[in-house]
Amino acid sequence: MINITTQSVGLVEPKTMHFDEALSLVCGKVLEQYDIVYETYGTLNAKADNAVLVCHALSADHHAAGYHSKEDAKPGWWDICIGPGKPIDTDKFFVVSPCNLGHCSGSTGPRSLNPDTSIAYGKDFPMMTVVDWVNYQQRLADKLGIKQWAAVAGGSLGGMQALQWAIQFPDKLHHAIVIASAPKLSAQNIAFNAVARQAIMNDPDFHDGRYYDFDTVPSNGLKVARMLGHITYLSDDAMGDKFGRELKNEQLNYDYGVEFQVESYLRYQGESFASRFDANTYLLMTKALDYFDPAEEEGGDLSAVFKKVKAKFFLASFTTDWRFSPERSKEIVSALTDANRDVSYLEFESNHGHDAFLVENDDYIDAFKAYMQNIEVST
Amino acid sequence: MSELRPELQKICEWIEPGSRVLDLGCGDGELLEWLQKNRQVTGYGVEINQQNVLSCLKKNINIIQTDLDAGLTDFADASFDYVIMTQALQALHRPDKTLDEMLRVGHKSIVTFPNFGLWKCRLYLSLKGRMPVSKALPAQWYDTKNIHLCTVNDFENFCAQRSMTISKRGIVDYNHRPSALMKLWPNLFGEVALYQLDEKKNAI
Repeated sequence: MINITTQSVGLVEPKTMHFDEALSLVCGKVLEQYDIVYETYGTLNAKADNAVLVCHALSADHHAAGYHSKEDAKPGWWDICIGPGKPIDTDKFFVVSPCNLGHCSGSTGPRSLNPDTSIAYGKDFPMMTVVDWVNYQQRLADKLGIKQWAAVAGGSLGGMQALQWAIQFPDKLHHAIVIASAPKLSAQNIAFNAVARQAIMNDPDFHDGRYYDFDTVPSNGLKVARMLGHITYLSDDAMGDKFGRELKNEQLNYDYGVEFQVESYLRYQGESFASRFDANTYLLMTKALDYFDPAEEEGGDLSAVFKKVKAKFFLASFTTDWRFSPERSKEIVSALTDANRDVSYLEFESNHGHDAFLVENDDYIDAFKAYMQNIEVST
Repeated sequence: MSELRPELQKICEWIEPGSRVLDLGCGDGELLEWLQKNRQVTGYGVEINQQNVLSCLKKNINIIQTDLDAGLTDFADASFDYVIMTQALQALHRPDKTLDEMLRVGHKSIVTFPNFGLWKCRLYLSLKGRMPVSKALPAQWYDTKNIHLCTVNDFENFCAQRSMTISKRGIVDYNHRPSALMKLWPNLFGEVALYQLDEKKNAI
């Protein structure tokens, strides 16, 4: 049983909001109705000016902080940053953490029933983009009575949503918190995603995305996709420190079984992920990453896009993150300074690679907290 | 201006209100905070030290954590009214390259450094035969961050060689007060040197 500390938001319960207003999507399709699952932490103040939207990355969901039950082994994905006395201080802020459309944790996604056919959407679920997510998040804000976010925050793909918010609804947020993110994927990033998708789609159990109808799951493909992804989230140093060339058993067997500890670890990661995550959602999330490119509307000129931005930015990166390296964050910083926008940028020492934004680190927590403390809200 | 460190006060006198400023090696952000509050400037501090960066965040100034020796490639040409660098020139790996970068990025650049030509330094070296250690330069030769110390004459020669235009000069003591001796023999009596350089296209 877990020990819920005073710095935790404690036990939390997801809520569901149903939307009947059709959502027009970037891909050209329309989602006539949908559900959004979300969690909230803290209390919305009378002026509704203390709300912080937290956006999740590829594999996380609405469960960002606290615990669903006392038996939970782990808290929400950003618990190190959300709670009383933490950077996103729930004594001050009202946090809204939704599960994105297309996900598999409750919000409408490929696993949901298509009202037109009464069977699961599967591969017919429309392609999602970061722009679409920001649109539904804006509708959610409306329903919750939030006219303007004090801040929109996220790491990785979540940071992209914060960035998109500042561009898409410049008057509706005061601060954008963009951590371990990038202004668009590099060719290498897209290549990794493409390989991950190939692994899933080439699994014989994939059935062209209709595996729900066949009562199968392309779990082998999903495992390989996750193993590949996981390698890119860790740094060479972190893997070296953790496993080195350590063997699973005492000696080499000279066969194709699991011989090194790192192989065993990756398989475990792949299996645990495949047991909880939906393959179609993984495909969709990686595509949303690939499509993200807010500079496109200005012919690739990000600083031109930032000219209309009003939010102040806080950006952070981590030294050993090679998936979204510090240089990628600096591209955003550079475009913001060119556009004469307010921005602070920090680069933290960490050997945790891309996952560092989810790992306790005093410098990171202290700086994030210092920034958030200066955000003014009414009492 | 009473609360501001004396060495920063003179710089503030040089800055036009409402300017866009880049403060390189901004330390705990004291100068930028003062300029924001009292001169309505906008801009950014650049600093590498984690504790200093944290102080800047607490002061609510825009801070960009990066290594000055890596260049100012994140900043566009002529994108600031002033680029300021106080007491950091002597600690850079390539001060010449950073100065070039400052002139590229800013319309005006302000640089301050301790004058190593000060008579006390000369006397210390000539009488003791050892590298000068003083209140202003307290570190030993082996652990000092000041790896490129220069004199007033060195700096002015350098500017002349590189066709950099000095538009303002201030030679002061550690409390940033000028004196007649410093005016007559700046290289011998100046403790701190302040310079404003113009962007290159204005050079004659």
